[in-house]
Amino acid sequence: MEQKMKPAATRDGFGEEVVRLGKVNDKIVMVSADLEDATRAEYFKKEFPDRFFTVGIAEQDMVGTAAGLAMQGFTVFVNSFAVFMTNRAYDMLRMDVCYNNTNVKVICTHAGVTVGEDGASAQCLEDMALMRVLPNMRVICPMDTIEAAKATKAIADQKGPFYMRLSRNAIPVLTDDKTPFEIGKAIVMREGKDVTLIGCGLMVYESLQAAEILSKEGIQARVINMHTIKPIDKDMIIKCAKETGAIVTSEEHQTAGGLGSAVAEIVVQNSPVPMEMVAVKDVFGESGSPEQLLVKFGLKGANIAEAAKKVLKRK
Amino acid sequence: MGYDLSALKQKALLIRKEILELTHDAGCGHPGGSLSAVELLVALYDCKLRHDPKNPSWSDRDMVIISKGHVTPVVYSVLANAGYFSKDEYKLYRKLGGILQGHVTKKTPGVEFNTGSLGHGLSAANGLALGGRLLKKDQKFYCLMGDGEIQEGSVWEAAMSGAQFKLDNVCAIVDYNKVQENGLTNEIKNLEPLKAKWESFGWYAVEINGHNFDEVIKAYSDFGKVNKGKPYVIIANTIKGKGVSFMELNKSWHGKAPNDEQLAAAMKELN
Repeated sequence: MEQKMKPAATRDGFGEEVVRLGKVNDKIVMVSADLEDATRAEYFKKEFPDRFFTVGIAEQDMVGTAAGLAMQGFTVFVNSFAVFMTNRAYDMLRMDVCYNNTNVKVICTHAGVTVGEDGASAQCLEDMALMRVLPNMRVICPMDTIEAAKATKAIADQKGPFYMRLSRNAIPVLTDDKTPFEIGKAIVMREGKDVTLIGCGLMVYESLQAAEILSKEGIQARVINMHTIKPIDKDMIIKCAKETGAIVTSEEHQTAGGLGSAVAEIVVQNSPVPMEMVAVKDVFGESGSPEQLLVKFGLKGANIAEAAKKVLKRK
Repeated sequence: MGYDLSALKQKALLIRKEILELTHDAGCGHPGGSLSAVELLVALYDCKLRHDPKNPSWSDRDMVIISKGHVTPVVYSVLANAGYFSKDEYKLYRKLGGILQGHVTKKTPGVEFNTGSLGHGLSAANGLALGGRLLKKDQKFYCLMGDGEIQEGSVWEAAMSGAQFKLDNVCAIVDYNKVQENGLTNEIKNLEPLKAKWESFGWYAVEINGHNFDEVIKAYSDFGKVNKGKPYVIIANTIKGKGVSFMELNKSWHGKAPNDEQLAAAMKELN
């Protein structure tokens, strides 16, 4: 598939879009915990210093403060690395954001093994699982920087809690301004009738690579960009299960509880078909280059293609 | 602030009785930390707070965050007596379908924030104050916390932020009743020197007898006058289970309801 521009990190799409939103909506504010440079929230800080609050390295305080600001009618963005936000401040996300149903947008970068050299402590592989089990929380993982910008606008426009998972590293850009984006509506990136490959984030690109590999072997794989993990596009999943009869999910996340689990919940209850899940297998990450780690943890297009051939045998 | 001391004392007595009845009737709940906070909340709602029980969402109201969210008996009794809702609701306290949940929620008119996990309220109060500042609103924000609660690290994250942002319209109230679930607070994890601790975090701190209305009302009255540029904390020395001899300073009444005989004995002491 044609790349629309040079690769870019999805955090950049967020950082630029939230500034655009801030210019037209003075009710958008931000609370940060000293990682705004890395999350790109600092673009907003530079533009709107009066609407930007840092609480220092205190994720729990960041989330609670954001809930208070939201109760005054603001649309509040908080930002951090996925590990620190979803793990350190989980109780605050559960209570102050989800249980209180406050208008807080939780933006997390540095998700997945592609964080790279910083190693396992920084590579969040459980955030989608943690976030999607919370009532009121919706979960988005855009596939490229253009889509991240659209998602930023979409979550600001809808009241209530959202979690958005973003990457540290530059990843291929495959959408453009004209590509539709609607929360909860998956996008068909490539048509095919033999098997469906469903990914989110970087794994949409890897799924497209897998489809290329498979097509050389006469297998026509459909590729779905499941940018919204919750509320998940149930209709699309059932349609793909019925039309292709086999599904492979892929994600830069643990197998348990993430995209694959969310898809499986729909499949087994509505239209059971064989599935394979390409994901991290209940282990922590480690230091290495992003590319080395994708290979080590079996998250490349070649791994997805192998999983597709395996699932086809069970069809 | 002018006030009728004997009327306040009568009200405190009524609320203590309702705390015991509510927990007795529900068969569960948290009487100990409710009884310790009676004067603190009665004085706040009757003498200080800018609020309108007939219009709980009035945009310029002062806001109270009940961070020790388990003390629903005292909170509901104070709110009902202030006129936020009918005492008919007491029947469904802690029961399915009621608006009076086991820990405070916004289902109850007058409750601003769902809590129940400790250490959440002060950050939210700070956020409310920052938002009020952006909107140029003249509001005050109160946060009731337990002494055991402030063992939570998140309280001190928020304490640092309150001072950093110079939130002089935030008033934290520490119900220092000396007892937590498993024993004496200062034996489990010592809070002392508590006043100096808050001061070292940049707060204007006052320490009072939290059962003496004159002292409580003076502390509220000074808030907003003496603490320019600093958040304000009232360290209220109280007695867990105050007013019922067999409950006072007894950890077993943190989260247990009186049975029929115990209720009768307690009521006798309060009458």
